[in-house]
This record gives sequence, structure tokens and C-alpha cells, in this order.
Amino acid sequence: MMIWQQLQSLVGSYPLALRGLGTTVAVSLIGLLAGSLVGFAMGMLRAGGNRPVRLVIGAWVDLIRGTPFLVQIFLIFFILPEAGIELEAFTAGVIALSNLAACFICEIVAGGIGAVPKGQVEAALASGLSRWQRMRHVVLPQAMRIILPPLVGQYVLLIKDSSVVSAIGLTDLTRVGWLVVQRVPNGLLVFGIIGLGYFIVCYPLLAIARRIERRMGAAHAEVQL
Amino acid sequence: MLGNFSFRVILESLPAFGSGLATTLWLSLIAFAGALAVGIIACALKLQPAKLLQAPAVVFIDAIRATPLLAQLYFLYFGLPRLGIVLPELVVGILALSLNSGAYVAEIIRAGILSIPRGQVEAGISSGMTFGQRMRLVILPQAFKVTIPPLLGQAIVLVKDSALLSLIAVAELTRAGQSLASDRFMPAEAFITTAACYLILYYGLKALAALSARWVGLRPARQDRPA
Repeated sequence: MMIWQQLQSLVGSYPLALRGLGTTVAVSLIGLLAGSLVGFAMGMLRAGGNRPVRLVIGAWVDLIRGTPFLVQIFLIFFILPEAGIELEAFTAGVIALSNLAACFICEIVAGGIGAVPKGQVEAALASGLSRWQRMRHVVLPQAMRIILPPLVGQYVLLIKDSSVVSAIGLTDLTRVGWLVVQRVPNGLLVFGIIGLGYFIVCYPLLAIARRIERRMGAAHAEVQL
Repeated sequence: MLGNFSFRVILESLPAFGSGLATTLWLSLIAFAGALAVGIIACALKLQPAKLLQAPAVVFIDAIRATPLLAQLYFLYFGLPRLGIVLPELVVGILALSLNSGAYVAEIIRAGILSIPRGQVEAGISSGMTFGQRMRLVILPQAFKVTIPPLLGQAIVLVKDSALLSLIAVAELTRAGQSLASDRFMPAEAFITTAACYLILYYGLKALAALSARWVGLRPARQDRPA
């Protein structure tokens, strides 16, 4: 009986849940898009180009990869206002997630570019292609085969990381669970449903990543024969 | 104001950060040991032939990998009391970290085992070894080496993930930062010091991972070239 009442109460809070889902999707989507753009640019700079740029990007990526996302969010949310930049929680969350995404994607992209055989670049050089043409027509298309599987996997990790923005009071899916559980004291039920929400978004992506990996693996094996 | 960044406050609160760092370190160690146990069991279940036993391992691993650690943490924190299990926050936190990392550890070990060339297994079969003998004498000794660098990578992830335990009031490193930030209104000093402490752990573990990769005779994956 009690479960029934709790379920009714949960059904009543579906507008809140929708809002939370909307926030999670918005933060993740903007974060992933901005992160991919910046991450690809950073990755190309890190793989080639001049030494100081490579070192600076490498150091920044290391700083971000070496600290918890929660601490990064706190730093952005509490320190930027002290420097005179007023931020809403949403903006702070999006900035933090985009930065995190950019740093992880940078490493994946740089790794993929580094794995393209040197001879390919030399051939492109000998054909008189410019730097950008070499990147666009020769290196990136080959690197994408190596980049794609870990990239999709990284997207899943980032969508899950977006749950941490709830710590600065942003009403995302996880925060909704936290709010609802104060009224409906059944953590298994409430966070079971919240988990299901994430699962529906993340599981298909995980399956896609696995499939791409298998396909790329098969292609790779063919080459090795 | 960033203009009057106070190193004195940081110096004064160094003991608090020290004990937070120590807590983060030992709770991560326990959680990692737990993750290894969970990972080995889940992996063994997934690789053994009976479908009925595979299913729970597959569901567990996929459910963990497709949901955020924070939701899992709250699931246990708000859910266990519902089942009549009341545990201290610290124990709930370690449990959540172990289960979460355990799923990833299971996949790492599985990848290590599956990376052993098929010919090795066939050689074992034709020498008349049983499944158990092949595992113990042929596959596992080789797979063990391959898994060490990615396992250390997972250890780095676990240490960083442990910051989320501050949200259920476990007195670890990030909590020390939060306390300083709210008690003395000095978020810059508090969270920059917190980040610096995590970086110490990160670079330590990273050096260990690089060392182990050399010991195993693997170059870091990034430098590998396709044949």
C-alpha cells in the first residue's frame, strides 16, 4: 500500500522530472558540442605545431585530468564571481563540462593523429599539400578510425559527469532525485527511476561504441592479414 | 577578492587538508581492493560458459556503466536504510566506489584475458589441459601483466571519483576544502589547495602507471602504431 502511495506521489512530480531531464540534456549537449569543437582544435595543435603550444596544452590537460570534476566546478562557480565575472549555476556547469570534455577529447584526437603512419604525411608533403590540406584530406580521415570508438565512450562518461553539476544547485536529473527523495523516502525507487533515465540515454551510446569498436577491429585485422 | 589571496590561511589549514588527503588515500585504497574483488567475480561470471550465470554479471556491468556514480551513491545512501541496512556514510561511500569501479575493473580484466592470442589457448587444449589449467597456467599469468597499466588508470579515476563522497558528508579531501570555503569565505584558497592535493595523488599514480607500463614492456597506447 505504501509503495502505491509513493508511486502516486512520484507520478505527481513528473513535471519536475521533465525539467531535470531537460537540464541534463541541455548541459550535456552544449558541453559535448563545445567540448568537441575545442577538443579537436586542441588535439590538432597538440599533435603538430610548435613546442610551446604543445607544452601549454599538455600542461592544461594534465591539470584538468588530475583533479576531480567536482572541484573544478567549485573553482569555476565560486572563484570567477570573485574575479568580477557573475555566473549562473547553469553557465558555470556548462563551462566546466565543456572544458572537461575538451581536455579528454584533445588527448583522444592527438592520440589518433599520432597513430597515422609518418609516410602518409610525407607523401602529402611531397604532393605539395598545405598544412591544413594535409590535416583535412590525409591525416584526419585516417585518424578518425582510431578516434571514433573512444570518442563515443568518452561522450557517455561526460553525460554521466554532468550529474555532478547538481552539486552547485542546478536542477538536473540527479538533483531532481535528491529533491524528490526528501518527500518520498524511498531511495531505491527514486534513484532506481533516475538511474533508468540515464540508462536510456547512455546505454544506446555504449552499444554504438561497442559496435564501432568491433567493426574497426575487424577492419584493422583485415589490414594486418 | 583574488587580489588578497591569503597563503596564511592555507598554511593555517594545512593540518585539515593533510588529514583529508590521508582519508582520501586510505578510503581509495580500500575501495580499490573492493573494486578488484568485485571486478574479478563479475569478470569470472561473464566469461564462464553458463548463460544463466552470465546474465547477472552482464546486467550489473551495463547498469553501472550507463548510470552516473553520483546517482549510484545516492541510490545506496538513501536506499539502504529502506532495506533496514543503516551504515555510516564512509562505508556507504566505499561500497559505492567499489561497486562502480568494480564494473570497469571487470571489463579491464576481460579485455586482458581476451587479448591473449587464440593460439595460446589452442596450444593448451592440444596439450590436454582442462579449462581451469589453461586459465591458471597459460592465460592468467600473461593477462595479469597486460591489465596492470589500465588498472592503475582506473585507480586514478577512483581517487578523483572519491571527491563525490564529500556530498554525503564524508570528511575527505574535498570536504576539507568545502569546510574552509564556507567557514572563512575563502573559496579560492580552499579549492585551489584541494586541487593541488589531488594533483599530488594524480602525478604519483601517473608515475607509477608509467613505471608499470615500462615494466610490462608496453609503450603507452598513444604511441603505438598500427601494423
